[in-house]
Amino acid sequence: MAKAREIALLFATLFLFWGMLNGSLAQDVLGVGLVAALVIAVLFRDGLAVLSEFRATPRAFFAAARYLPYFLKELVKSNLALAAIVLAPDLPVNPGIVKVRTRLKSRMGRLLLANSITLTPGTLTVELDGEWLYIHWVTVESTDIEAATASIVAGFERYLEVMYG
Amino acid sequence: MAHPLDLLGGLLLVAGAAFLLFGGLGLVRMPDVFNRIQAGTKATTLGTLLSLAGMACLRPEWGLKLLLIGLFILFTNPISSQVLARAAHRTGAEKTVKTSVDRLAEDTGEAP
Repeated sequence: MAKAREIALLFATLFLFWGMLNGSLAQDVLGVGLVAALVIAVLFRDGLAVLSEFRATPRAFFAAARYLPYFLKELVKSNLALAAIVLAPDLPVNPGIVKVRTRLKSRMGRLLLANSITLTPGTLTVELDGEWLYIHWVTVESTDIEAATASIVAGFERYLEVMYG
Repeated sequence: MAHPLDLLGGLLLVAGAAFLLFGGLGLVRMPDVFNRIQAGTKATTLGTLLSLAGMACLRPEWGLKLLLIGLFILFTNPISSQVLARAAHRTGAEKTVKTSVDRLAEDTGEAP
């Protein structure tokens, strides 16, 4: 049953987090964590957890392993680009809000995509509307939907598509 | 000669502080709310992550908790920025005159 699986996944994630934060295997600590994680998992069963909708296939794990370094590289690039802009005396910005489209269908995939876009060079997700994302871009390179999609979305979508679909 | 991990930790802390400084500079210099959010989000995320990594080098026994804090920041920082930006746009926050295009305003039928 899908619902039970969601609850179990959320519970496992929360309990693991609790254990790692406490760093203790004492009975009372584990007991409190067990109850708290269970209550939260049941109350928020319709919410999203990191692992909900994750396709647990070898390909998905492989994609996740390649997604992380790619994401970190983009994060560093984005900060260097930002530093260059704020340090330049003439503040070279050409901002605008462009529209892009994603092929991702799952909620978690779209959430991670929107998050990733926000943390990468010069782009900030402003609004999500189904398959459409509105992106604030510090230096607009193209207002065309296809071209903007290719340069903002495609890099992450490649991996997220395999991980979440 | 200092322990190499201490040296690396110190360098990471300085790098993190530098990015946080650029972020602060961006908050002051950027022309409108959306650009400021951009500067704030990116710099605080990487700046904090680098600081946490630096701390992890100086205090390896805290590593696991610092990693968890980093994960929290990675997930929550962009979400809060997105919500701020959306709220700003919905309430019609002023955009800089340099703004070249606003597809969102076009699609929701507001005056650009």
